[in-house]
Amino acid sequence: MLLRVAHRLTVLLVSLALASVVVFAFMRVLPGDPARVALGVNASEEAVRALRTQFGLDRPVLVQYVDWVGGLLTLDPGVEFLSRAPIGPQIADRLLVTAWLVVSAMLLALVVAVPVGLWMALRHRHWDGIVLSGLSQVGVAVPAFLAGILMISVFAVRLGWLPSGGWVVPAQDPVGFARRLAMPALSLALVQGAVLARYVRSAVLDVLREDYLRTARAKGLRPVQALVRHGLRNAAVPVVTVLGLQLATLLIGAVVVERVFVVPGLGSLLLDSVAKRELLTVQAVVMVLVVAVLVINFVVDLLYLLIDPRLRTGAR
Amino acid sequence: MPDRTVLRVDGLDVHAGSTPLLQDVSFAIDRGERVGLIGESGSGKSLTALSVMGLLPEGLGATGDVRLAARTPAEHNLLALGERALARMRGDGMSMVFQEPMTALNPTMRVGAQVAEVMLLHRTRSRRAARERAVELLEQVGLPDPAHVARAYPHELSGGQRQRVVLAIALANDPALLICDEPTTALDVTVQATVLDLVVRGVEARQAALLFITHDLGVVATVCERVLVMYGGRIVEAGPVQDVFGDPRHRYTQGLVAASDLSGADGRRERARLPTIPGSVPPAGRFPAGCVFRTRCAHATDVCATPPPWTPRGEHPAGATAYGYACFHPAGGEEDG
Repeated sequence: MLLRVAHRLTVLLVSLALASVVVFAFMRVLPGDPARVALGVNASEEAVRALRTQFGLDRPVLVQYVDWVGGLLTLDPGVEFLSRAPIGPQIADRLLVTAWLVVSAMLLALVVAVPVGLWMALRHRHWDGIVLSGLSQVGVAVPAFLAGILMISVFAVRLGWLPSGGWVVPAQDPVGFARRLAMPALSLALVQGAVLARYVRSAVLDVLREDYLRTARAKGLRPVQALVRHGLRNAAVPVVTVLGLQLATLLIGAVVVERVFVVPGLGSLLLDSVAKRELLTVQAVVMVLVVAVLVINFVVDLLYLLIDPRLRTGAR
Repeated sequence: MPDRTVLRVDGLDVHAGSTPLLQDVSFAIDRGERVGLIGESGSGKSLTALSVMGLLPEGLGATGDVRLAARTPAEHNLLALGERALARMRGDGMSMVFQEPMTALNPTMRVGAQVAEVMLLHRTRSRRAARERAVELLEQVGLPDPAHVARAYPHELSGGQRQRVVLAIALANDPALLICDEPTTALDVTVQATVLDLVVRGVEARQAALLFITHDLGVVATVCERVLVMYGGRIVEAGPVQDVFGDPRHRYTQGLVAASDLSGADGRRERARLPTIPGSVPPAGRFPAGCVFRTRCAHATDVCATPPPWTPRGEHPAGATAYGYACFHPAGGEEDG
């Protein structure tokens, strides 16, 4: 068990190191001198040279990389080229907003998808199970940004129940915060929930066919009891896999939905920084996203070990 | 129903839609009696067992009368009972061991907990006593270091060990009826014998009735006192093992015994052709009307198009269905005059 955890941890650290090299290299390989790009075509040669010296862009690439990684490890990715505003606090603020959005969307999806998926599985031969299954297919097919735009046109524009976008800090105005969180979270949750419900359905259907569920029935458990006591933990393995993938997708997918609802999250920061050609900020945001995805995968791996004892020893 | 009768099945029919799968299956098992149920694949052995347990797959319907005298007298027809009442009997008054031990246990639950669960579920023991009893039961089914096994997960055990665990679960509440559906078919031959021995000792110690399903005549001969021969969803012959195998009446039984008799092939240099029953088992629901075996039977005549009546062969304490056959042209009848 400990050996497995150590193994997964090693995989995580190696992936992180590799990812940092790739992100760094990719930004450097892009055509154009970052200082020149940041200052624009009309800047004088001296100004560009000054910026390069100031940000150490004239040093050897390896030194720059070590410097950058060192900054990341101390949670200080530097300052922006033009405004000289520190990047760290910006990312922290934006990350918090995106985290609110992603976590609430995921919880919403989970709370709806698990019971609905269970229902679809238990009633898969009945009309209600089939209707739900059909609806979930539709849910899978609707992209989050489209759901967001539809919701804005109905709930914000036509009915005027909710603000069409924007953001306030929860501590400042909890009600306003909730009203602004509702639609973006819901539009993200809709698709993820539909996908998740379908996975829950198929995982439960698979488990229902297992011999050990028949053993459970032969012990005297009623069908739903047998499923709850013996089936759910086994059905959780494929569901956790999807959950991990979905969290990662949500994090990235939030970029678009943040745009639709004018939410100042990490995605907005990324797009803005690209537009302003703030290379260091782009690098830092991408790295944060990569770290988040890798950590999610690590946690999913740990969950596997917790759920299924067979994986702890690698035996089948 | 006499006092000593534990299970009585009367006129059991199972059908999938309009397709009949079992027809008019009737038999009874006394307390402490070990009865084998044999037949080829698709003859309806497992369906019979699942009907008794009330665990038929979705889409199959059963009619008839199934009565079990376990904790309570056999007042109710199990086929008419609701799921809640049936669930109370499963694992308590009657229990079942299935064919495939590798997948029969929950892979995410410790073995001891899976044994203890059946006692907690039926409230036959307190939490602590159930845990202790689970270890005892694991010891009774011959698992070395039972305390250690109780803490293990199923994947840490071999197939034979897992089947012992399943048997321990089935015996935990001292059932009046134990049903075993080919419990050793998936096991190594060397392990088979010990598991069979454990089954016999388990039911003997509890004076439980045993319904043992197999297609292996040798297994029936070692485990059971009486045997039911099934073909095409009907019981075609029944009686003490010695009589049925030694002097079969039904032509199907005769073929089955001949096909299992390897003495002709033993020790000879030239390869003797193994005897077989001509033809193959028709798909479910496609059995001929009248005698279900007549399309594969060399002795069939026009009269076989009508269902052959049950001919009792002798007295048996378990009733008329316990010893007899359903055949118009029985084997061995010539000598009987």
